[in-house]
Amino acid sequence: MNPTRIRAYFIAFAKGYLRNPIGLFFTLVFPIILILIFGAVFSNTGSSAVALYVENLDHGSAASVAFLSALNSTGAVQVDVVSVPAGSSFPSYLGTQGYSAGLIIPAGFEADLANKTPVDIPVYTNPSAASQAGIALGAVAGVESAFNLKLAGGSTVLSSTQYNVGSQIFTYIDYLIPGLIGFSILTSPMFSMVNISSTWKRDKLFRQLSLTPLTRSEWLTAAMVWYVLLAILAAFVMIFVGRSVFGAHVSVVAWMFPFLVAGPVLFVSLGLVAGSVSRTPETAAVVGNVILFPMMFLSGTFFPVSSFPPYLQTVAHVLPLYYVIDGLNAGILFNNTAGALRDLLVVVGVAVVLFVLAVRVFSWRER
Amino acid sequence: MNAAIEVTKLEKRYGAVRAVDGIDFEVHAGEVFAFLGPNGAGKTTTVEILEGIRPGSSGQVRVLGKDPWVHGRELQRLIGVIPQDFHFFPKLSPREAIDLYAALFGVSASARNLLQRVELDDKADAMFDTLSGGQKQKLGLALALVNDPKVCFLDEPTTGLDPRARRAIWSVIRSLKAEGRTVFLTTHYLEEAQLLADRIAIINLGKIIATGTPGDIIHTYGRPERLRIDGDPRMVDRLQREVGLPVLLEDGAVAVEIRGKGDAVKVLNWLDTSGFAYSSFRTSQDTLEDVFLRLVGSSDQATLELSPEGDVT
Repeated sequence: MNPTRIRAYFIAFAKGYLRNPIGLFFTLVFPIILILIFGAVFSNTGSSAVALYVENLDHGSAASVAFLSALNSTGAVQVDVVSVPAGSSFPSYLGTQGYSAGLIIPAGFEADLANKTPVDIPVYTNPSAASQAGIALGAVAGVESAFNLKLAGGSTVLSSTQYNVGSQIFTYIDYLIPGLIGFSILTSPMFSMVNISSTWKRDKLFRQLSLTPLTRSEWLTAAMVWYVLLAILAAFVMIFVGRSVFGAHVSVVAWMFPFLVAGPVLFVSLGLVAGSVSRTPETAAVVGNVILFPMMFLSGTFFPVSSFPPYLQTVAHVLPLYYVIDGLNAGILFNNTAGALRDLLVVVGVAVVLFVLAVRVFSWRER
Repeated sequence: MNAAIEVTKLEKRYGAVRAVDGIDFEVHAGEVFAFLGPNGAGKTTTVEILEGIRPGSSGQVRVLGKDPWVHGRELQRLIGVIPQDFHFFPKLSPREAIDLYAALFGVSASARNLLQRVELDDKADAMFDTLSGGQKQKLGLALALVNDPKVCFLDEPTTGLDPRARRAIWSVIRSLKAEGRTVFLTTHYLEEAQLLADRIAIINLGKIIATGTPGDIIHTYGRPERLRIDGDPRMVDRLQREVGLPVLLEDGAVAVEIRGKGDAVKVLNWLDTSGFAYSSFRTSQDTLEDVFLRLVGSSDQATLELSPEGDVT
């Protein structure tokens, strides 16, 4: 192993990579696009309010507005005041519009409250959207109780504050960031190595290198250093984007670095094995994708593995990327050193086995 | 004379196929040696064994006294190689490629000088994937020279190139010889071998069928010199009887096999007095091409390119 040769080849390899926009796109830009898309789609699901359509027959009286804004501030429903066209009843209007929850503020609502005359507020729900109906009814009942309590001159004794499971408040985006760092650790070395080990063989580039003093282990070292640096860069970028765009509760922690080193070593080796056992670049691409895609979706990249059905969880547990992502989660989100260490041992073990295998099957000379 | 390359009873078998079938030859230090043969004759397999990229199945190979398969690491500092159909990293420029090679070999090489030498200095900073076939091949040649090699292996360096690029590469090959380097050149262009090579080996179906200087080969395997007369073909019988030399009709001309000037004078004197009409005469000799065709032409796999000037990519 000669550091000068590793350095010289590393520079050439990095230039080749940086001048190829496709490689950079998949390493840095694509995961950011995924953060933005998944973040935008899922970041509101946890608190997503049920739309509650309201026909206000009390014509915007102060009391009716207070009632509706109290409903809004529960966070469980989102009030939307509508005007029902002449000749149509409120329930049939809800039906034709496909709305699943609504209520009517009756005329004289304000006056009745002032006189403490009992008021009936009709609530309409769609039985086929039972969970939304439940949320709407619960919110309305809660606000009514609060109004009743106030009108009766009572005071609040019991109250609650909501917390999420875990040491901090986690949102979907918090789980997505370590998943996408894992995605990046998987995809850029795998895509590149499968491609390199097959097309370079076809174009006789390894043959060309074998005529220089550069050794295979020097070549592998330079490639692995490159993908480790790329993984670290991708991790920083994703943590930055997650924090700045979605306010994700993730930060750079020491525990992510062992995974950012062992992960790329593992997938560079796996990509080399996949590319080396294939005869043509076309078969190599197929073999690579067969390995890559199930791993990409089943290792907890986009959704937590714990949300999978049990048989898929079993599958996930044999995929090396699962341990990378689980370890990153343990390190970045939960500060769970023991869990991260356990995952790291698995990743390092698999990486060593694949590395040895790659060195055996990946040959520069021909027979 | 000391040998740069010695090959003894070399065989390379792939299953039942003998790609190289027991060949012997020697390349002297400082000469240009052309390895000539039709496609699929075993040229590239042989050169790859000499470069240490493939092992032979049996026999002995020595390059600068070393076995290339065993001592490849030591040898690669002493040899320069351009493989057939040279490829390099698509997103590196010729200048960067040479700098990379210089760093890998641990030598200081001037990219500018090397690129000037192969007439590629105007493309020093172009990406490899934008170069033409000839320009790529020139870079291959420049890279083969980075480590100042004693022996250069050029595997079909001009195949598919236009005449200008071909001539540029020829002039580099001549300068390599002038610098005292040994050049092992495989080619299927006869003109190239005849122009550049000190000695030639012709390989066909894995066997060497002729070795020597181009002149030796023509002399040994070619037909005798002929005096060709464009004239009345009825003279053939009388000419043969009265002059006593073998006569035949060749492409409509009367051809007399002669062994020296005396024979030619005899024929012309006879012709002058015979009364047969003739318009012109000249002597003709087999070219390397004629000899090559006679040697390998019978084989149906001989796919020669007789006129390299004719194909332009």
